[in-house]
Amino acid sequence: MSGRIQVLKPGVQSQLQDLGRFGFQDLGVPVCGAMDEWAHRLANLLAGNAQDEATLEIVLMGPSLVFENATQIAIAGADLSPRLNGEPVAMHQRIDIAAGSQLEFGRRVNGLRAYLAVRGGFAVDPVMGSRSTYVRGGFGGFQGRALRKGDVLPMADFAGAFEPAAPLPAGCEMPSVEPGAVTPVRVTTGEHWSRFTPEAQAEFAAAVYKISPQSDRMGYRLEGPALQRADSVELISEAMSFGTIQVPADGLPIVLMAERHSAGGYLKIAHVISVDLSLMAQLAPQQALRFERVSLEEAQTLYLQREQRLAQLRASLGVTA
Amino acid sequence: MGDRCLLIGVGDTVDPETSARVFGLVRRLKERPIAGVFDIVPAFTTVALHYRPELLGAAPFEALRAAVLERLAEPLDTAASAGRSIDIPVCYGGELGPDLADVAAQCGLTTEQVIERHMQSAHRIYMLGFAPGFPFIGGLDPALKMPRRSSPRTRIPPGSVGIARDQSCVYPLETPGGWNLIGRTPVRLFDPAADPPCLLAPGDRVRFVRIDEPTYQNLLEAQP
Repeated sequence: MSGRIQVLKPGVQSQLQDLGRFGFQDLGVPVCGAMDEWAHRLANLLAGNAQDEATLEIVLMGPSLVFENATQIAIAGADLSPRLNGEPVAMHQRIDIAAGSQLEFGRRVNGLRAYLAVRGGFAVDPVMGSRSTYVRGGFGGFQGRALRKGDVLPMADFAGAFEPAAPLPAGCEMPSVEPGAVTPVRVTTGEHWSRFTPEAQAEFAAAVYKISPQSDRMGYRLEGPALQRADSVELISEAMSFGTIQVPADGLPIVLMAERHSAGGYLKIAHVISVDLSLMAQLAPQQALRFERVSLEEAQTLYLQREQRLAQLRASLGVTA
Repeated sequence: MGDRCLLIGVGDTVDPETSARVFGLVRRLKERPIAGVFDIVPAFTTVALHYRPELLGAAPFEALRAAVLERLAEPLDTAASAGRSIDIPVCYGGELGPDLADVAAQCGLTTEQVIERHMQSAHRIYMLGFAPGFPFIGGLDPALKMPRRSSPRTRIPPGSVGIARDQSCVYPLETPGGWNLIGRTPVRLFDPAADPPCLLAPGDRVRFVRIDEPTYQNLLEAQP
């Protein structure tokens, strides 16, 4: 049995995302995908799905949705006060949905982005191998755009009830992002680190930066001290990755996020480590952060440990895909 | 480049020889793939390997570096890939090429001379990037060399043909941009539903062919 979801209110930039559109960066196609990969994967696993099924990425103000059919869902990431039929509903666990139920979101408690997974996934056709929405290109996800009032989202065939065998294991919880705090974000140094002045290097390591309101899925612009280059040699365009921190001519760093260009020509001072990209994605405009340098070995060890925890969760839930 | 991407430097200058080495390396890495590498992104002087560390063992970076060095042990085939020869029809000047007169003035040429030199340049695609299907096209006649516009436009119509420094480009989608726009093509460069989705590929040789505005309109309307 397949199902449908009616969109009563669209929320702000609610759009379908999966783990991204890979294999086409050499054509200049941005990867896109969930901003918070960790929350996206958790939501899918808790709904009994493979981790690359599309989830609904919900930002700041959530949508109001009516489920026409019975299903199961899970919500992970930011706590945007989800309510089911008017009652508060728990994050980070499977939720059974009766036909006709209404899901809404309210006040932001912490974080910025929540991920809604439905059992079996959303039934939209992949474009170039991915269900991720690319709004600038107008393709992928649901009609290549964010949700609008009156949309009807198709759910995939209901794959049978999902009965997880175990609760969320320790170490799989979301990182907490306190709105008033200065969030430490770990980075490895970039290939152009030495092309900044010693003062700029010191400033980068010590400064508190604020997320600019001019930040989006493509990149987070930072407000704080401008970083001076040690030379004026122009850079030849080359590849970028998720978390690359580039410094354009004005000296203000930009952290490249899910919808970054595949290549670009600004100096790369550092890279946010993969396990902390989840933190970055949950920081809202005006929130503060500071960078902490770690070695590549440490970054990859943390990454491998997190993959192990997720594999344990997958095994404990009996999700095989 | 962070904990999930390795950048390989192949040269320091933008030229056909470096480009041939870049694509020689890409061919080698496709013939003898490395487990865990899921995206290979060539640029003017570099090749980036996006990889999944969990598929490369306990010391992922070291394992990947060793695998790359092993593939570099034998000399690369740097014969420039034959590439295809593709004609791109362009309606030069007027509303479709709003910077043509300005370019001519800056280069000390007439608009006719700019068009002639642009059509006769030895265009070759070095890389795609910036936006889906956006080609960086080298080989521009040195007489047309000029900087990008000091203030980028916020919206450039699809099909716009631009020049800046020693390169040409064509905008496949409406995006912001700072190149000097000298004309527009009715040809669609990117279609996500097509296979392959991009009309052009690195290594292709491009010839710009002049068309008049009625032909431009006819070709534009003839597209599905």
